[in-house]
Amino acid sequence: MATPLLEVTALSKGFPGVKALDAVDVTVQAGEIHALMGENGAGKSTLIKVLTGVFPRDAGETRLEGKIIVPKSPREAEALGISTVYQEVNLIPHLSVAENIGLGRQPTLLGAIRWGAIAKRARAALGRLDLSLDLERQLSSYSIAVQQMVAIARALDISAKLLILDEPTSSLDKTEVEELFKKLRKLREGGLGIIFITHFLEQVYRISDTITVLRNGRRVGCFATKELPRIKLVSHMIGKDVLEVEALGRNRASSATIRSDQPMLEAKGLGRKGFIHSLDLEIRPGEVLGLAGLLGSGRTETARLLFGVDRPDQGTVFINRRAVKFNSPRAAIRYRIALTPEDRKMAGIIPNLTVRENIVVALQASRGPWRRLPVAEQEKVADRFIQSLDIKTPSREQFVRNLSGGNQQKVLLARWLATEPKLFILDEPTRGIDVGAKAEIEKLIQSLRLDGLAVLFISSELEEIVRQSQRVVILRDRRKVGELTEAEISEEAIMQSIATADMERPAA
Amino acid sequence: MINWVSDLLFWIVFSAILYSLRRQRIFWTVGALGLLLLFNQFFTPGFFHIQLLDGHLYGSRIDVLNQGAKVMLLSLGMVLVIATGGVDLSVGAVMAISAAVSSRLLVTEHQPAGVAIAAALVICVVAGAWNGLLVAGFGIQPIIATLVLMVAGRGVAQLITEGQIINFLDPTMVYLGNGHLFGLPFTLTLVVVMLVLTLFLVRRTALGLFIESVGDNYEASRYSGINARQVKFLVYTFSGLCAGLAGLVACSNIKSADANNIGLYLELDAILAVVVGGTSLQGGRFYLVGAVVGALFIQTLTTTLYARNVSSDVSPVPKALVIIGVCLFQSDLFRTRMVQLFRPLGTVLKQISGRIPHKVLTAPRHDSPKP
Repeated sequence: MATPLLEVTALSKGFPGVKALDAVDVTVQAGEIHALMGENGAGKSTLIKVLTGVFPRDAGETRLEGKIIVPKSPREAEALGISTVYQEVNLIPHLSVAENIGLGRQPTLLGAIRWGAIAKRARAALGRLDLSLDLERQLSSYSIAVQQMVAIARALDISAKLLILDEPTSSLDKTEVEELFKKLRKLREGGLGIIFITHFLEQVYRISDTITVLRNGRRVGCFATKELPRIKLVSHMIGKDVLEVEALGRNRASSATIRSDQPMLEAKGLGRKGFIHSLDLEIRPGEVLGLAGLLGSGRTETARLLFGVDRPDQGTVFINRRAVKFNSPRAAIRYRIALTPEDRKMAGIIPNLTVRENIVVALQASRGPWRRLPVAEQEKVADRFIQSLDIKTPSREQFVRNLSGGNQQKVLLARWLATEPKLFILDEPTRGIDVGAKAEIEKLIQSLRLDGLAVLFISSELEEIVRQSQRVVILRDRRKVGELTEAEISEEAIMQSIATADMERPAA
Repeated sequence: MINWVSDLLFWIVFSAILYSLRRQRIFWTVGALGLLLLFNQFFTPGFFHIQLLDGHLYGSRIDVLNQGAKVMLLSLGMVLVIATGGVDLSVGAVMAISAAVSSRLLVTEHQPAGVAIAAALVICVVAGAWNGLLVAGFGIQPIIATLVLMVAGRGVAQLITEGQIINFLDPTMVYLGNGHLFGLPFTLTLVVVMLVLTLFLVRRTALGLFIESVGDNYEASRYSGINARQVKFLVYTFSGLCAGLAGLVACSNIKSADANNIGLYLELDAILAVVVGGTSLQGGRFYLVGAVVGALFIQTLTTTLYARNVSSDVSPVPKALVIIGVCLFQSDLFRTRMVQLFRPLGTVLKQISGRIPHKVLTAPRHDSPKP
């Protein structure tokens, strides 16, 4: 075999208290799409950051086309031919497409930027991706998907040999992912090596040639994608037996539960102009109601209306048959409604407070400022949930910002469980968290349901919705377009409902 | 002889306090204060001199406590405002209003001191509530909202005093800023009482948690059911109260109400005290005691410069330099960088010491980490 494009041997990197990478080997061939898989905290990001010179290594060596390289900064790595596109699009929305591609490496003449040269290079870079965009248009006027492509084009602008994509698809919808994959295959044919990191198993199987699995900073193995069954991959990632994993997957929620026919919450004609068209909803105790739809179909908006974050301008909400009005989350909480938001960072965690404080904050808020929960009591509550939800943290006094995504999500769940809610709205509770934590959260949702809670479950992953819900409400273009119950629920049926929604809608 | 003993005692107590704080954020603030005092111990003659006259203590250190009281009081309110991610620029002007209201009632309207003081405090609470209303109620940016009162407040104070400087001799009012209790200035008692009260208010209730939540992540706090507006409103109101007290002390110090000069620029000292005390201007975690120590530090610095006859025209320059230094040393990033910078020196020293036979240096140690 020819010299591999990238050969990493025995790479180690430690942080105080943890060994983030422990003698990891990775080999990437030219013209290969190599998936890097592992749970949160397995060491994927650290590996990328060491490769691109963000962190110095402790031991090990990296060869690019047979030559030892030691990049000391991302810039140096780029110059050597390793380009990275990060999870969040790292571009400047207010600048033009061409400016974004050329930024930071503008060709200059006597200190003046040569715009002509920038445009030429930008056009060439976009050409490699078969994209024809208006170079002068402001980047933010394009969709996130296109922005992502521009980010890749920017990475390719310098003569890249190896392209690293860190969760490039997390903010793209299905067709956009398809588009991206088409481009990636084209790049692969051109001889580029690509390292691809994602949480979506399906995408790994669709696009990658080889999979390297990491767990707890060690390499579990490197496999040809074709020869690795999906269930095996998952069991490698979480380090559990195949049988155990299968049991997790088959756990389709059974519908036989004690359920009152009286809805816990009922919304009639609830809506807000320019936000969501008026819709009817009913959630019963002991039931998981799934809210399905594409990104931007109004799922989060519905949740926000129900939780009082935004005020509805039409319709009524009934709780236990009584009409109620919330104009703040505080009011909704009084009726024992809880919500974990889609955007964990923005509206969920309070990063510089401790795990304990984050867990008790909603409970304390419901008691008001004057009746303070004694510290001993707070510690008891925190410890109880750290244990029962298996939150991985060195101590309850750790800052939440230091926890991994999955554990932060568990802290948020704990925050609300402590208030003993009657209706739990979960907006994308499993987004961006690893397989193990995902399974735990799914299990938790079912046990809450069995305890008689009403759960409104929002997710982009149809598979998850199907597995979890007893009823599914489908949204499209900010309207409710269908509702499925029990036996009718399947991925096909939901997709069908989304796809045919246009015909059902009156032509007005 | 007596002084020598008392100095030694002072340093023993100070070191013990510093040691007990070694793992806490305010270690750096208290440490900076210690360095400054140490400098004075050796290079500023008479700074550590303390004498007992008529049962009252006098000396530079007592002056620091007395003169620093105003900024200490202000910093109590300011630290809470800053913790919510805001800032209160109006405290200096509110001090002037407080002075104006109390002395006008006292002198022009012939009211008893109790009424004058109470009325001044009520007016200042209202002024603080006004700031709170603008920030929490109308969503105006704190720096703009409080700038309104910072500019207009002095005008209001001038209206109240009718442009006059009002002098007074009322014993109660004079006592506030000049009296002694337990041999120490009464202002010190006032600061301690307010500090304890504030500590109680934020740490014995859930207000502290709410303030930190709101400052750290406003949106998430709202989602958690915290009445974020109420929290913001309360901190500005409380800052108004603190400014009112500081204003009473300020006018009592000089036995007159001068609307133009009372509390002038003190809002800046209060903000500095909070920052030197370890609280970030971005909000979130706050350090109440740190802010008070920060205020003490600034006053000590001012007094040091006075005592060393640095002209008041140039004294802001050394003051600024020292404060920059303190802030830098609170930054973890800066300390790491400094350690990295000086690591080569450490390696060199280690190499040199490595050449010297081990026994020469010290007796064998078992606790030293293996290389």
